[in-house]
Amino acid sequence: MNLHLASAPHAHSNQSTPVLMRNVLIALIPCVAAGTYYFGWYALLILAASTASAILAEFAWQKLTKQKVRINDCSAAVTGLILGLNMPPQSPVWLVCVGSAFAIIVVKCLFGGLGDNFMNPAMAARAVLLASWPVRMTSWVMPTGINSFGVDAVSSATPLTNLASYTYKDMFLGNIPGTIGETCKAAILLGFIFLLITKTISWHIPVTVVATTFVCSWLFGKDPVGSILAGGLLFGAVFMATDYVTNPMTIFGQIIYSVGIGLMVAIIRNFGNYPEGITYAILLMNIATPLIDRFTKRRVYGHRKEAKKQNG
Amino acid sequence: MAKNKSLGAIIKNGLLDENPTFRLVLGTCPTLAVTTSAINGVGMGLAATFVLVFSNLVISLLRNLIPDNVRIPSFIVVISTFVTMVEMFMHAYLPDLFEALGLFIPLIVVNCIILARAEAFASKNGPIASICDGLGMGLGFTAALTLIGSIRELIGNGSVFGFRIMTAGYEPMLLILMPAGGFLMFGLILGAINAITAKASEKKEGTD
Repeated sequence: MNLHLASAPHAHSNQSTPVLMRNVLIALIPCVAAGTYYFGWYALLILAASTASAILAEFAWQKLTKQKVRINDCSAAVTGLILGLNMPPQSPVWLVCVGSAFAIIVVKCLFGGLGDNFMNPAMAARAVLLASWPVRMTSWVMPTGINSFGVDAVSSATPLTNLASYTYKDMFLGNIPGTIGETCKAAILLGFIFLLITKTISWHIPVTVVATTFVCSWLFGKDPVGSILAGGLLFGAVFMATDYVTNPMTIFGQIIYSVGIGLMVAIIRNFGNYPEGITYAILLMNIATPLIDRFTKRRVYGHRKEAKKQNG
Repeated sequence: MAKNKSLGAIIKNGLLDENPTFRLVLGTCPTLAVTTSAINGVGMGLAATFVLVFSNLVISLLRNLIPDNVRIPSFIVVISTFVTMVEMFMHAYLPDLFEALGLFIPLIVVNCIILARAEAFASKNGPIASICDGLGMGLGFTAALTLIGSIRELIGNGSVFGFRIMTAGYEPMLLILMPAGGFLMFGLILGAINAITAKASEKKEGTD
């Protein structure tokens, strides 16, 4: 008899990892298109390099350690593409390759591969790049149009430092400086809707994250609409906070996790040294996920709450 | 046990089999803090080696005189004497290194390796064996710190022992010189050494 042993949760669905990952890749297509449209073919080159190097890193590591090569599940491609979309549009190619390799080998494979990483690999890699090459990772440019090949761009501050200088329409459509994938909110929403329709993710995390940041920014006296439209909040909430591996299992846990992210983003943006805080907010709550899981664990049917420890 | 070992084996024990940094994982505080360059690693390692050798020697000589109840305070007094000597010596003759290592020189007093060797080895073995143990452990510590320091300096600054190795276009990875990078590098090297030794012992068992 062939007994299959697996850890909880035991819920079954027909959606396998490759299907889910392919859905995420499809949902990212509008962002890729918008990034290319605004920042030119060089941006597309960066995305290709980050995706390819992530897949290559996973392939090389699994060959080297004589594991089963599992690049077909597309999870490495998703990590690489998300990292690429998080890069400034004028990043050198070596920078994204270093980032992808770090994400896959150090953050994912060394901790046991897909399902065992304690942090979102793309986010951790972005944090490493930001700490290591701060100038490269924070040099923003105005969108240059599709036909530019990334040389004569006008450098500019992130819209987060001066919200008032961009219209909501520009921020929504993506005609603002920022990373390749985060600027066009319309494209992100399109991807979000696709993910919802295909039931790849549920609405709880993205909506709670954005709502929390909205309320907190308003409480801190910032323009709440602008706070949501500027920076990487929406992209992070839809594509990175929802990473299956690093968010809590129960809906209630996910709400705590999302409120934490939204609150942290608002705090870092308003009181921290960095203009944008979505990366660190997600990483911090990734680390808190095991704790949240512990506190929101559902009672197993038939089990009583453990009696308080008796004396002696 | 240790008494039957030759002196060479005791030194080798500290350098490889029970390397304080990579095997016993002792003294991680200075390991993480000062290994931002190779020269800092060597300096810290040699300072600790000096203290280890002489504190082991003195404690071994006094091992039958020190009452058991007050042995830890007694060890600390002996150790801190030698640390003070090292500190004054470095202040006088190696001011640059003294500045770079800063607080971590006086902190050698509470370095777990030194106290651990006093407790585990010197208080139970003769003076010659204790000197060898201190030498082996100290050199093992120095080698480990130099290795971590060289790698961190190479990645974070493009040089080793101050000599530029990377080409001018190399953009150093600043994170590796930060505390987080210290943990990262220490963990990676520790993991690599564990993987290598695991493979080596597997091979040994295979041929036996």
